[in-house]
Amino acid sequence: MTQGFLVTNRSVRWFLFTLALFTAVIAFGSEASGTGIFSTSLVKTLGKTLCLCLIAVAMDVVWGYCGILSLGHFAFFGIGGYAIGMWLMYGRTEGIVMTSLANQTIPPTPQEVSDAIGGQIFGVVGSSEFPLIWSFAHSLPLQLLMVVLVPGLLALVFGWLAFRSRVTGVYLSILTQAMTLALSLYLFQNDSGLRGNNGLSGLQNIPGFEQTSQATISLVFFLASAAALALGYVLFAWVVAGKMGSVIMGIRDNEARVRFLGYRVEGYKLFVFTLTAIVSGIAGALYYPQAGIINPAEIAPIASIYLAVWVAIGGRGRLYGAVIGAALVSLLSSWFTGGGAPDVNLGLYRIQWTDWWLVLLGLSFVCVTLFFPKGIGGLFDYLVRKPS
Amino acid sequence: MLRILAAFCLALGLVTGAQAQDLQPVLQAHADDITKPSRGTIGTTLDALVDSGLPQVTPFLEAWTDKGIWQREADSVFFYGRAQGADLTLTDIDTGTVTEVPKSGYTELRPNGGVRRVIGTALVQFQLSDPDIARRLSAIDSLARRPDAEQLEPLLASIDGEPDAALKARKIQLANFLSASFAPAPADRIAAIESLSDDTSIEARAVLNQILATTPYVGTAAPDGNVARILTVGDDLSADDAYSRLVAANIAPPAIPSTAIRDALAANIIDGGVGDVPLAQLGTTAARDRAYATLATAGTVPPRLTDQGRADAVASHIFAEIYVEDDPAITDAAHAALSSVETRVAAERFADLALDALSLASIYFLAAIGLAITFGVMGVINMAHGEFIMMGAYTGYVVQQFVPDYTLSIVVALPLAFAITFGAGVTMERLVIRHLYHRPLETLLATFGISIALQQLAKNIFGTQARPLTSPGWLDGALVLSDVVQISYIRIAIFVLALLFLGLILFILKRTRLGLEVRAVTQNPGMAASMGIDPDRINMMTFGLGSGIAGIAGVAIGLYAKVTSEMGADYIVQSFMTVVVGGVGNVWGTLAGATLIGFLQKGIEFLNPSNTLAAQTYMVLFIILFIQFRPKGIVAQKGRAAAD
Repeated sequence: MTQGFLVTNRSVRWFLFTLALFTAVIAFGSEASGTGIFSTSLVKTLGKTLCLCLIAVAMDVVWGYCGILSLGHFAFFGIGGYAIGMWLMYGRTEGIVMTSLANQTIPPTPQEVSDAIGGQIFGVVGSSEFPLIWSFAHSLPLQLLMVVLVPGLLALVFGWLAFRSRVTGVYLSILTQAMTLALSLYLFQNDSGLRGNNGLSGLQNIPGFEQTSQATISLVFFLASAAALALGYVLFAWVVAGKMGSVIMGIRDNEARVRFLGYRVEGYKLFVFTLTAIVSGIAGALYYPQAGIINPAEIAPIASIYLAVWVAIGGRGRLYGAVIGAALVSLLSSWFTGGGAPDVNLGLYRIQWTDWWLVLLGLSFVCVTLFFPKGIGGLFDYLVRKPS
Repeated sequence: MLRILAAFCLALGLVTGAQAQDLQPVLQAHADDITKPSRGTIGTTLDALVDSGLPQVTPFLEAWTDKGIWQREADSVFFYGRAQGADLTLTDIDTGTVTEVPKSGYTELRPNGGVRRVIGTALVQFQLSDPDIARRLSAIDSLARRPDAEQLEPLLASIDGEPDAALKARKIQLANFLSASFAPAPADRIAAIESLSDDTSIEARAVLNQILATTPYVGTAAPDGNVARILTVGDDLSADDAYSRLVAANIAPPAIPSTAIRDALAANIIDGGVGDVPLAQLGTTAARDRAYATLATAGTVPPRLTDQGRADAVASHIFAEIYVEDDPAITDAAHAALSSVETRVAAERFADLALDALSLASIYFLAAIGLAITFGVMGVINMAHGEFIMMGAYTGYVVQQFVPDYTLSIVVALPLAFAITFGAGVTMERLVIRHLYHRPLETLLATFGISIALQQLAKNIFGTQARPLTSPGWLDGALVLSDVVQISYIRIAIFVLALLFLGLILFILKRTRLGLEVRAVTQNPGMAASMGIDPDRINMMTFGLGSGIAGIAGVAIGLYAKVTSEMGADYIVQSFMTVVVGGVGNVWGTLAGATLIGFLQKGIEFLNPSNTLAAQTYMVLFIILFIQFRPKGIVAQKGRAAAD
């Protein structure tokens, strides 16, 4: 089945080929492989970009194919990050605490160990007790399950409520924005049990691999991100191809007509919404160990809007468009805001891109919406004649 | 009674010009008593002084308690005196003549504590009846700060003669406080306590709470005395707190924390173990307890109750709170008075909260009404609406740089902000939104692009720090209705502004040609066009109007919050919620939405005052749920316009 599907989708094969080539080049040139052409921080940036591409693909499916402009998918991304971050932080703190307690004359009781870890983690918010949501933090398999389950369940419940009452269009966008706003406001509280605005930190250290260099860890995560992107891409390409894909796109184009044809529109929308949420969670779980820190500001509503911006610039309704948009805009953004771009001297005024990048992005976004509704991905239509 | 007369005499004496008389002869008549006063005999002397009705009596008594009176040993004449080294500065009591003399030959009068208190009480009555209102006020203030049983009688005595109505009321209030705490007859106290039951001031509540003060009781027998309540361990009192009360009452040995146990064990390691427990096994609480018990038996560490022992000790005792006041009738009356006061305070708090909510609702209304107009008429969601609010606020700030008079600058800023944001709105409509009419989601994103560009532009121009928009002086301060209920004038002004706009918009929509055309385009653009209405022009005007109102809202919001480049973003989500909850395309809907959200937010903040973030979280959750049940808002559009 997948075989046939890959044969009929030339763009998927081209994408997989390009991604494999890119991954191989970066892996060969990374510090871990000994050549050292690309620095560890560059490998991390690229790995993070791949994760952003993955969530952009998910966003493209939910918006570009199904017509639901979700302004809340970064909430699922953040939840995935928090879920894996809890294990990373717990494991690392446990290691540190056990080392320091080992010097005592009397062996520590389990209660003392737990108190010491709790004090280390929650000291910044004036607490030392483990909240209930940390119950599984000691176990990697359980937390990995959370990466999938929590975003999935949240999306399922939220989507069921929203689609059932036929909230559509702009209303749904505002509603999803409200969801991510509520979540980030909740996480900003000190008693949310996730360290308030401090967030979780030190996530780049993987428990059990203290001796492994960051160069190796970054390469492993880069490869994992590339694999996840490849798998996610194929999965979504398969979902939007075939009969189900046609129904999904039908919902985008005219929801009422699809409903009158006898399809259960809510079911399809819920499926797409939940599946993309899960993939977003996985992308987040891969992103934040490379970023090293997660805090509630990451899931502020603006992040999800940027996600929509990437997809729109890259080109909606084509998966590679989302990848191009996310990669291009996020890399350009870090180049401009990181001071990489040279200043432009206009004689009277000196344009510093750290100040003017957002103006440029905002205006270019308006231009793309107005003049190139198909985005950058639309350029490929000129290059490739689709077999009719 | 005598003192009341005396107070009258004093007041009268001033009027009849008794200044010709001297105090010294009166003092000389009681010279022995003044030199060697005792609590028993001082009364007659003081009565004599009071009877003289002389104005010099008050300063004399004040100096006397303050050790400022000296006596010449040769002829026992009294002076005000201040010692400086070996010298003495003497002031004649009647004439005020100042002389410098050596200290020898003069004795300082040093009344003892008991006498000073008696004099102080007599003094209070003078101060309370002093002709100078400032002195009376300061006497009342010091009395209110340190209430004392002795002061009750002079205070009561001074009430009738008080000419100033406000001060008299204050004296009666204070007299009630003092009677409630100190009146000798229980009936008087109960009457005073009952009179406090409609006084919501903090002082009155403090007096009642003081009467209801309790001491903890621990014992095996049921407590006697005026029992406030018996505490049930578990419900009223945690087991740990109960045990620490036992420890405080020396009934049980102090609880030893687990760290202390660990340190004690570590200090007593013998042959790789403590007691009979090997070191490696000390990793559990049970083993540590066993080892500690062994040490305690041997007497090396202080004994400690086990968890079971502690629970038994707690269970075998009765914990209670006993009123310091013995008379149950008085504590009952105080209880009743306090609960009635608290009911009143709660009612006033509620009123205050409702006022707060109303002012928040008017801010949301101002911020959202422009959005509601554009969204309702054109189906276009304008993400840059918040930035129009910001533009209005910055307009106000810039105007204040050129017009120093705050009142005038606001008067200039309001129409200017409207003009600027109207222009910005029309420009945006012509350049961007016009081309995206049939793609609402893309409008959302394009206007978002404009929003981030405008926000960053503002940051580049005005910097990141907050800019002040100062309100005119007549908007400073607050309207104080009572101790609890007060509202600042600026919030009243915003409320009035919101009302004005509600009226203005209703007028434009319902009574003008433009409003008629706007409503026609809202209901059916195609039909409106065929009736000769130009939908493009209407859309442009509507968008300009909505944006212009955002600019005015910006000036209003800037007056009470800081002007920053991010202030628009702070309000945009709330504005969306207001519009969506209220129902699209309806002024009344926006009003209902703003009211609901304003009251809801204040209500949740009231239930959870420590955490405004939690309040916002719950509010957003509520709105999400609300939309489930009324997807089209409170005031839903009906008919063809509702189908989008």
